[in-house]
This record gives sequence, C-alpha cells and structure tokens, in this order.
Amino acid sequence: MKSRSKALIAGIAAIGVIASLAACSTPAAGDGKVTITVVSLIPGSDQSAFDAFDAQVAQFEKANPNITVKSQEYEWTGPTFAAQLAGGTLPDVFTIPFTDGKTLIENGQLADITDLVNGLDYSSKFNPNVLSQAQGTDGKIYGLPTAAYGNGLQYNRAIFTAAGLDPDKPPTTWAEVRADAKIIADKTGLTGFAQMAASNTGGWQLAVGSATRGGRLEVKNGDSVTVTADNAGTKATLEYLKALRWEDNSMGANFLLDWGTINQAFGAGQIGMYTSGSDIFTNLVQSQAMDPANYGLASLPLEGKDAGVLAGGTIATVNIKATDAVKAAAVKWIDFYYMQKLLNKDAAILDAKTLSEANQPVGVPALPIFDKATLTQSQEWIKDYINVPQNQVSFFLDNIFDQPTVAEPISHTQELYAALDVVVQSVLTDPNADIDALLKQVNTDVQALVDAG
Amino acid sequence: MTTVETPPIIDLAAASAAASPQRVIVQRTRKRNFGTWVRGGGVSNLVFLLPMLVIFGAFSWYPIVQALVMSFQKTNLVTPAIFVGWDNFARVLHDPNLYVAIQNTGYFALLALIFGYPVPLVAAVLMSEVRRGKGLFSALAYLPVVVPPVVAVLLWKFFYDGRPEGVFNTILGWVGIPPQPWIQNAIEAMPSLVLEATWAAAGGTVIIYLAALTSVPPELYDAAEVDGASIWQKIWHVTLPQLRGVLIITLILQIIGTSQVFLEPFLFTGGGPANATITILLLIYRYAFQNSLGGNYGAATALSVMLALFLAALSLIYFQLTKRWSS
Repeated sequence: MKSRSKALIAGIAAIGVIASLAACSTPAAGDGKVTITVVSLIPGSDQSAFDAFDAQVAQFEKANPNITVKSQEYEWTGPTFAAQLAGGTLPDVFTIPFTDGKTLIENGQLADITDLVNGLDYSSKFNPNVLSQAQGTDGKIYGLPTAAYGNGLQYNRAIFTAAGLDPDKPPTTWAEVRADAKIIADKTGLTGFAQMAASNTGGWQLAVGSATRGGRLEVKNGDSVTVTADNAGTKATLEYLKALRWEDNSMGANFLLDWGTINQAFGAGQIGMYTSGSDIFTNLVQSQAMDPANYGLASLPLEGKDAGVLAGGTIATVNIKATDAVKAAAVKWIDFYYMQKLLNKDAAILDAKTLSEANQPVGVPALPIFDKATLTQSQEWIKDYINVPQNQVSFFLDNIFDQPTVAEPISHTQELYAALDVVVQSVLTDPNADIDALLKQVNTDVQALVDAG
Repeated sequence: MTTVETPPIIDLAAASAAASPQRVIVQRTRKRNFGTWVRGGGVSNLVFLLPMLVIFGAFSWYPIVQALVMSFQKTNLVTPAIFVGWDNFARVLHDPNLYVAIQNTGYFALLALIFGYPVPLVAAVLMSEVRRGKGLFSALAYLPVVVPPVVAVLLWKFFYDGRPEGVFNTILGWVGIPPQPWIQNAIEAMPSLVLEATWAAAGGTVIIYLAALTSVPPELYDAAEVDGASIWQKIWHVTLPQLRGVLIITLILQIIGTSQVFLEPFLFTGGGPANATITILLLIYRYAFQNSLGGNYGAATALSVMLALFLAALSLIYFQLTKRWSS
C-alpha cells in the first residue's frame, strides 16, 4: 500500500515534468488570427525607446486587428545570430546585414517572399543594386532592404573642445586625423583614435580604411573571386594604424575593441574618434546614454584612385519556418515598421512623431535604398521632428552623396573579416608585426575557402 | 599442500550435473528477488528516477550521441544533414589554428599547474597552522568562488586596464614598475588569464585541502615532533603523504579543467591578441559560431569528440600510473 502510494506520487511527478517539457511547444493559432514575433530593439535600450516601439506595435495592431505582434530584443552579432539560426529560435521577422543575405539565401535559410513583395506598390522602385542584396541567383526575393548607411568618422565634440580643437572643423584628410588624434591623446590623456579589432569588426573596419585609399579586399572576375587582402590600400591603412599606435601612442590601451565595446567607450567619452556606420547615433543614444550635444559625424577622407566609402545596410527577412499566413503578416509588418516611413507622408510623420515624443533619434544620417530624391522627400516630411543635431552631422551629409560608395567583399566575408582581425590585432599589439607576411597568409587562407566553395 | 595447489581436472559432465541444482536455486532466487523487488518498492523507485532519466536523457545523453553523429555530418542545422565520413576530422587536423590552440591550451595548463596548483596547497597548510581566525581565512579564500565567473572576469578586465592609471598599473607604479599592457599583449595575455583563473578557482581547492588536513591523525605530528622534526619536515613527511589521495584527484581535475579552458580567453580577449590566447574550446566555439551564416558544426563536434577521447585516455593512463601510489 505504502509502495503504491509512493509510485502514485512519483508517477504524478514524472507526468508533471514531461507535461512541463511538452508545454514548451508553440500553441497553434486558430480563427484566422495570426501571431507573429518580430525583433524590437537591442538589449539595454532605454525604456522610452521600448515605449516608442510598443506604441508602433499598437498602431499596427489597430490597423491589422487579425495580427498580434510579439516582440523580442535583438542585437545582430555574428556568434549570437549563428546560434539563434541553428537553434531555430529566431523570430518570424529579423534583420541581417547586407553581407549575409546572399549566403543565407543560397543555404535555404530564408523564406521566399517574392509574391508578397511584388504585391507592394513600391516593389519596382528599389535601387536594383540595393534590392539585389536580398535576391537569390534565381531572382526571387527573400527580404526587403530597410536601411543603408555609409561609414563615417565619428568624433566626440566635447573631447575636441577639451583638446583645444574646433569641433566644427573636423579633420578632412587622414594626416589631419592623425594630427588631431595625437593632440587629443597628449592633451586629454584619452584615446585619440580607436580601431575595432575583434569579433570580425577588425576586418570590417580595415575594409573601410582600405576602401578610402582605393583598396579592395576581393576582386570578382566573371564567376571567380580573388582575395586581394594584400592590396596597397590595406597595407597603407595598416601602416597608418601602426604609426598612430607606436609612433604617436594616440590609440589608447585597448586593442581588442569590437562594435559593442567601442560604442560603449565612445559613449562614455573615452574615445576622440573612430570609424563606423553613419547610423550609429541611434545606438549611442539608446544604449550608451551619450549626450547628443557631444556627437559629431564627418565624412571619411578619400585618398587616391578608386577611393570610396564602404557602405552597408540592413535587410528585414522572414523565418524559413514561417507558415504562409505568418509570412503574409510578417511582410505587412516589415512594410509598416520599416518601409512606409520612407515612402508615405502620413506614415513618416506618425513614425517621427512617435519617436520624438519618446525622445528617440529622428533623422539619423542614412543612404537611400530607393533613390536620393525619395530619401530627401522623406526627410522633408519629418523635418519638424528631426532631433539629431543636423549641424553636427552636416560634415558627413554634405559630402556623402558626392563620394563613391563601395560594397563589402562578397565571398566568405565573415571568414575574411575574422582573418583580418588577427592582422589588425597584431599591428596594434606588436611593433614588429610583419604586415606583408600577415596579409599574404590571409590571402592564402581565405582563397582556399573561396575555392572550396 | 601440493594437492591444493594442483590445478583441478575439470570433468564437464560432472560439473554440469553438479551445477544444475545450483542453477535451479539461482533461478528461484531471481524470481523471488524480482517479486521482492516489485513488492519492496522497486517500481516506485524507478518511477521516481524517471524524471531524472528523462531530463538527463534529453539534455545530456541525447546531445552527446547527437554530437557524435554530427561529427560525421555536414549540417547547418536547418537544411538536411549530409554524411561526409571523416572529412570533418581531416579538416580540423589540417587547420593551422588547431596547433596554435593546442599549444596555447598546453601553455595555460602548464602555467596553471606551476602557479595555480601549489597555491591552494600552501594556503591550506598555512591556514591549518594558524590558531585564531581560521574561519575568517577560509571565508576570505572561498570568497572569489562565490563571485559569478563572468562578473569576476569583467572586474579583472577593469583591473587589467593597460593605461598607466589602470588599477594594477597604479599599484605597480608605487613600486617603480612601468605600466604593463596585460591582456593587450601577446606575451603577457596568457599569464594574465592564468592569474585570474587561479584567483577564481583556488578557494574551492583550499576548502578541499583543509577538509583533508583535518583527517590527518594528530599522533603522526606528535610522533614527528618527538623525533625532532622541523615544521618543513612535518609537512614533507607527514602532511603531503597523507594528502596524496586528494592531491592526485585535484591534479587530474585541474588538468581536465585547464584543457577545457574557455571562459577566461572568451571573455577577456576573444582569443586575441592575434590568436595568442585561442584555446581548443574557443576554437570549437569559433568553428560553430564565428560565422553568422551558420557555423561548421561538423568540425566543431569533430574537435569536441577528439578532445573528449584525449581527456578520457589521459585520465585512464594517469589513474593506471598512479594506482599503486594512491592505494
């Protein structure tokens, strides 16, 4: 009797455990209502940013009563994205950088939304080069480009002032950048010029520096791709960093910075200048609590033949596992949240008003995903709500449309960037680093990956 | 005497006949035992075990088997996997970073052994000798273990600030030593990692040693004292031999632990500068997750399997070699 009651209790316990495990599965949706999960803001964003996002979700749900939107915080980083992708935990709508579009499509990891996109009245309006980032070799569409940026020189106006430099006259040549970096380091003891060097961002920003000196990390010839990491532009960039680090000692003491940590240090007022995307202001304000009055953005100095600004962007995509109903709802959300503010006056004003009321950045410098006229028009609609100090970013906006843009390397981009991380770290931590030998090694290693397909 | 030692001549038929009644008895016993087992609560025990078996099966054993299978596959975990034989193992063995990682892991293990292994022992022996405040010292020694590892690393990252005004550099400045780059330099990075790892882990080992020291019979010390042994002679001839069982266990645990070092290089340096702190586990992580486009899970699991086999072999050899000594 005693053992039977024990068995009964144990049985109940076991069923409880199994039931609780089974409860982890997603409940089925019914009665024509669809629930979609979408990415919201990066973890650590302030409450007012989330309030603004929630307000936009409420507006969408009001317009689409059959769709319920659930959101999850999201920050795209290589390792976390890979884990989410493999683990099947990505939401129905998520964003990826331009560099990842082609391969994810080839690997069958993104949903085909061609028909749904063709149903949008602006589908033919995209800049073809931009839309191609979200298209497969078969021409089908697997995502919508939502934003494009150019890289720029980020600088802290307060540090410029503290060092006796004029924040309204940011440097326009690499030599001036070097001189200003040294002045900042000498006069304030802070980092004059910082460089990302870890989590594949060292390679990314080396590509930026290389492009401004006419260098290309990969050259496409027909169907074949040649890795050209040891080009003159890349070598010149590395020599430049070497001089700042070892001759001027103006690069501070942290040489393992990545996108997140460099933003953190810049937001905290420890860095005078660094290069990054022109849309970084949003992160600096939302997550790093940077005072907008201290922010400055200038265009990158371009030197030599074929010099250009490395550009990039974001694609909103739909999970391969989404059902047709979820896909349709997902594209509606992408259209509402990311696209309409660029194309529709009322939507643009509503978006800008919602964001500005929550003290969120409106008017962050961007590149056009349709054409320049459309971008200018959308900026015109929201001019009353723009709160990004335009006079502080005019040194970028005044030049960027006259500067040639350069796309990121197309083949094995992340592996190439990872290999170049090692080169950047070597140059910044070893005064005797052999730049030629290091770049040759990158060529050999990444070319092998490219050749292997 | 001789008849006893002579090997018995086995008569199979007789042996079989003789064994039969015994077999019947054994079978009867088994039947009775099974019945007794059921009546004695065997089923309920099994049912009680079931939640644990399910959880272990789902979250521990199944992934192990899955990893073994995956080491022979090419998969991105979204599209169907393809069996590729030994390709993943070949790829890993041809990766120049593997040998850098092995070298670095070995270096970390060696430094941890040289500095990290004796420290807790010395601390425990000294603490066992103090007459007052033993509890306070134990608590202080154990405190770093209580600090969550990620918090500890972030704290130490702050201490390791390479600027002259960094915490450690300020302290060095007091004694006239110039500022050091710490984790920002390929030569100093690994010792810096070992220093933090030793600080973080020593407390746990100190407690084990302290517990073991209490089991050393005091008569042995008394006898040594009567024989005129100095304090060092007592430690060498009494304490250490008495602790050897525990020392062997902590040594093998340390070797296994340091071979799997991941947290420190991952959080401090990400394997940098210039791969100076990339370890085997970090390389496995990189295979799996460095590329946002879906990692090489086959290579990652292949290297994991190789590491597991190596550590299993190492443990077996070690225990075989020290069997006699430890007993």
